[in-house]
Amino acid sequence: MVKRTRLMRSQELIYEMRVAEVMTKDVVTVTPKTSMSKFGDILRSKRISGTPVVSGGFLVGIISIEDFINWLEKGSKKARVKQCMTEKVITVFDDEPLAQVISKLEHYRYGRLPVIDRDSKKLVGLVTNGDIIEGLLHKVERVHNEEEIRRHQASNIFDDIIVDQTTLIYEYRVIGKDFKQAGAGTSRLRKTLSRLEIHPQVLRRAAIVAYEAEMNIVIYTDGGDLFAKVEPGMITIVARDKGPGIENIELALTPGYSTAEDWVRQLGFGAGMGLCNIKKVSDEMFLDSSVDDGTRLEARIAI
Amino acid sequence: MTVKEMIQGADLEVKAAANCLDTEVTGGYSGDLISAVIANAEEGNVWITWHVHPNIVAAALVVKLAAIILISGRQPEEETVKKADEEGIPILVSKQPAFAIIGKLNNMGIMGEK
Repeated sequence: MVKRTRLMRSQELIYEMRVAEVMTKDVVTVTPKTSMSKFGDILRSKRISGTPVVSGGFLVGIISIEDFINWLEKGSKKARVKQCMTEKVITVFDDEPLAQVISKLEHYRYGRLPVIDRDSKKLVGLVTNGDIIEGLLHKVERVHNEEEIRRHQASNIFDDIIVDQTTLIYEYRVIGKDFKQAGAGTSRLRKTLSRLEIHPQVLRRAAIVAYEAEMNIVIYTDGGDLFAKVEPGMITIVARDKGPGIENIELALTPGYSTAEDWVRQLGFGAGMGLCNIKKVSDEMFLDSSVDDGTRLEARIAI
Repeated sequence: MTVKEMIQGADLEVKAAANCLDTEVTGGYSGDLISAVIANAEEGNVWITWHVHPNIVAAALVVKLAAIILISGRQPEEETVKKADEEGIPILVSKQPAFAIIGKLNNMGIMGEK
């Protein structure tokens, strides 16, 4: 699922992203008057295989290591860049989509293309296949991370990525209105957590949060998911559903307030204590709900 | 007092998890609001309830109760027994109503104070 989304995203991204976002701005250039031997020095010292040729900020040509080799073979010692460069240069504008650049690079089989500002017509950068791939990877990663954060809303998710640290995420499906299966996710979670040698008190608090959150999904919604994230120092439990959403969160947090139907109450549920119980046993609780998008509850328990 | 000793002393019938009766009973809690049980019952408590549906097992697991006592001779649902057997939560049935069985347990030394 995630994989498919990402693939589609990168395909979309090459149309969304512009050259300016991925190009290298700090470009080594030479002028038409630069001597070929100086150009050779630049190639060597900068470890590059070619540069745009610029005069007064405008691109007037491009010169590569190939031109340099040709010059070494048969050029005159005093030759300057102007005599050896290619004047007809394929360029891209900085506001063109990446898709355009990719097809140009493919079509001409070039390794790089100078980037020109559409208004001033001056050289503003250089773009290579490598730049495009790197730019896409960064963007995909950023998009993915944003999704992750939305999913877990844990601001410290980046802090987790330390080599000698493991973050475990457990996920359980919860079926709405199914009282027979209700609590099953919590039971499984409790069992799993108990294997992690978590303090019994913490375990119990986590179980209470998970149970009440799970029951809320069962009682009030058509189903949702229960996540538990375990990392050093913290257990985060997230319950998500797709609706109907809580109309008045403040009221829902009032002990004893309940919108449960009668038949649910007769089963011993819907007493209007669930959210209060969660708040009581967790260190932090966040509740987001909208009538259209459903409810997302996050509770954190320090280990 | 273990669950087994309590069963003998209070004349309870074992309906599920007959092999898990050695847990020490730390006290008791009574109530039919499951959220209240979860919020207030303590680990190792016995829970005196009228409910017979499978979810009482889940609630018992959350709190790590020693056993569930059903009152007035109420019979657990089939699914409840199955789940309780799986999870090792003893389900016991008393012929007496809640007030009477709780009084009896109190006399045996099983209390409800925290």
